[in-house]
Amino acid sequence: MDWAPAIARWIHFMAGVMWIGLLYYFNFVNVAAAKAAAADGTAAGISKHVVPRALLYFRWSAVLTWLAGATLLGANFGNAFLLHKSHLAIGIGAWLGTIMLFNVWVLIWPNQKKILGMVQATDEQKNKARRVAFLASRTNTMLSIPMLYFMAAGGHGALFFG
Amino acid sequence: MKNPLDSLWGTIICGLVLTLILHNVVRYALGG
Repeated sequence: MDWAPAIARWIHFMAGVMWIGLLYYFNFVNVAAAKAAAADGTAAGISKHVVPRALLYFRWSAVLTWLAGATLLGANFGNAFLLHKSHLAIGIGAWLGTIMLFNVWVLIWPNQKKILGMVQATDEQKNKARRVAFLASRTNTMLSIPMLYFMAAGGHGALFFG
Repeated sequence: MKNPLDSLWGTIICGLVLTLILHNVVRYALGG
């Protein structure tokens, strides 16, 4: 048994569940909860105690998922990212996951730091940051649907593409 | 026009449509 790809696959799944689970938590639960909490004046607890912790696990599980996925691809990393026919389905999944990782670290996290007051920002900058972070998060939710489809299809091409 | 990503259902429908498009691209590329 070759342990490295087996362990990489296991870590890829576990970290991926945490990453996408927290992404769905933000989009399916937290957006509506924060809006309702703001309306009755109880939002401070969410933004002080819940969101920073969720974002910590969210952004680092995204990195771990990508690294474990890259390890899993191994010698086929180039074939996947160059979209060779032999690795086309998993290559599309890998590209979608990579775009999502970019969104987490370049669009969501820097803007969340402004929203949460971890870096200085004016009210206008905070409002813009809210919109950018929200749309990046929604984009990742949208991309997660085909990403998970192509992850499932990887190695099962005949089942998915006849 | 309203951004479909502003609603959860819009986001999900966009994701499903994108999945369908990419599925057909891959199926065509693989000659299926």
